[in-house]
Amino acid sequence: MNNFLPSLVSRSQSSSLMNFLVPIISILLTLITGSIIFILLGFDPLYALYTFFISPISSSYGISELLVKATPLALIAIGLSYCFKNNIYNIGAEGQLTMGAIFGGGIGILFHDTNAFWLLPLMIFAGAIGGALWGLIPAILKSKFNTNEILTSLMLVYVALYILDFLVVGPWKDPFGFSFPKSRPFSEAGRMPLLFDGLRVHFGLIIALFLIFASWFIFSKTMFGFQLKVSGHSPKAARYAGFNQTTLVFSAFAICGAFAGIAGLAEVSGPIGLLYRDISPNYGFTAIIVAFLGRLHPIGIIFASLVIALTYLGAEDAQLFLQIPSAVGFIFQGLVLFYLLGAELLINYRFTYKKLI
Amino acid sequence: MTLELLLGILQIVLIATTPLVFAGIGELVTEKSGVLNLGVEGMMLVGAVTAFIILVITGSYFLAFFVSILSGIFMSGLFAFLVLCLMSNQIATGLALTIFGIGLSSMLGKQYIGTPIDGLSPWFFVIFSFVTVFLVSYFFYKTKAGLILRAVGESHNSAHALGYSVIKIRFLSILFGGSMCALAGSYISICYAPMWQEGMTAGRGWIALALVVFATWKPERVLIGAYIFGGVTILQMNLQALGLRFPGQFFSMAPYVATIIVLVLISSNKLRIKLSAPASLTIPFYKGR
Repeated sequence: MNNFLPSLVSRSQSSSLMNFLVPIISILLTLITGSIIFILLGFDPLYALYTFFISPISSSYGISELLVKATPLALIAIGLSYCFKNNIYNIGAEGQLTMGAIFGGGIGILFHDTNAFWLLPLMIFAGAIGGALWGLIPAILKSKFNTNEILTSLMLVYVALYILDFLVVGPWKDPFGFSFPKSRPFSEAGRMPLLFDGLRVHFGLIIALFLIFASWFIFSKTMFGFQLKVSGHSPKAARYAGFNQTTLVFSAFAICGAFAGIAGLAEVSGPIGLLYRDISPNYGFTAIIVAFLGRLHPIGIIFASLVIALTYLGAEDAQLFLQIPSAVGFIFQGLVLFYLLGAELLINYRFTYKKLI
Repeated sequence: MTLELLLGILQIVLIATTPLVFAGIGELVTEKSGVLNLGVEGMMLVGAVTAFIILVITGSYFLAFFVSILSGIFMSGLFAFLVLCLMSNQIATGLALTIFGIGLSSMLGKQYIGTPIDGLSPWFFVIFSFVTVFLVSYFFYKTKAGLILRAVGESHNSAHALGYSVIKIRFLSILFGGSMCALAGSYISICYAPMWQEGMTAGRGWIALALVVFATWKPERVLIGAYIFGGVTILQMNLQALGLRFPGQFFSMAPYVATIIVLVLISSNKLRIKLSAPASLTIPFYKGR
């Protein structure tokens, strides 16, 4: 009997070629689906794809905007990979980002009349502390009380957003702000230095690249990185080897929270310059996609952050020039993750047309 | 006077809690079959927006709820295909479903923000939510099909060896969960709010997921949990309305903080969670050769 449909066979070893190809396949499939959506909406697909993916980055301003968006995404995604590598599902990075912005921004508001050189380093440090503390809450609840970290970290996002809301309409409201819900602006020394005149890309990019490089070093060259990997692949082996799972959970959450906190601070002290309600267009959630699309690998995350940042820019352009709601960007982000997860099958399984007994 | 006030509060609590019951019981059935679907929030949003759009276009409540449930079946079917046929990671796929749902709902609903509709009386659904919980409980503990579904969730290999189709049973459980979440969403946009706003479910999908843990995977306890959360939500709203000199944001975060506290209290007994959770939860099933 012939098999018309291929059968699925488990690979004896996961395919490293597929590991590399799967993200590319999923991006291509997303583009194909995207053109179908554009045709259904009644647009010329080539023109729509051009508007979405090419025209936003065809100027130096566009490239700079791409880097502005990619900076927080890459920074949070590399932090998330510390958690995801160890099968810890921290999905509350948005809250950790917000808390980092509150702590760091709080320093900026406290010293709004200072122009000393130490202000920005202090704000970055405070941002990292704020994010890390917020990240440690689910870590404590997980290791001491066995509480599911997915739900607690997510709930803390809402709590953090309400705290920010309270601060910017209450005690931290700009006294000269005509009662708009925003804080007073930070002083010049509390702003991220711009890398090029007239472009918004800022020093946060350098911080992100440095932390990505440091993470690459930690993942591949240190005992800690090895422990994360082992306990992610096989918790039993990790326990047998005597790795302390509690320490791993705490450090993964603290590092991820600190990175997200720095990303939040970099947003408010970079492009924004003050605190207000909507400091992040869901960077904390979108970074989850970036982390998976980059296969939790530092180099992969850099490329993935650029791709996903492009969907933000493309969505803005699509709204401007084609009157397509900008939420279509989120649809692309969801689709790319769907395809990625589906195509992951190819890493551990292969298709065969041979008859199986 | 006080009795009237009490009855009034009870009414509001019943109306506000019903979507949590629907989403919670749907997710419970899915999890009982051994699949964790974190896409509840996304499915609720898509269900809410489809119901709203269909109601605005056709004016028929029946069609609105019907198409909304179809949307839930579509969304959860997508999830089911990925996790069952392509054996993808359930946690990541559920997150993808939520992100996709948030995007899809806000794109579809863009031009409907602020469109006025005539809300539907919620009482049919309030009663229906209780009926659903007891039907699910009956199904699980008094019927053979319910026993098979639970067996699939506890040990898919044994169920497979006995000749039951694990994939088919899980597929159906996921679809049931999806349609319940869509129903919860459409209830919010048509009966509870009644309006459409981006992200209007405000984390209720995640609270529904927490409810299942709180209920230690037992249907009737979903009701208890849901009414605790509903009660906290309404209490904070009433306290806020009293105009205490306490910032409103701290009241608004109460349901989320309450969720965390309750989860901690329930989960701290490790053994209880281990014994109540379906043993095959989040483990993919591969027939193998």
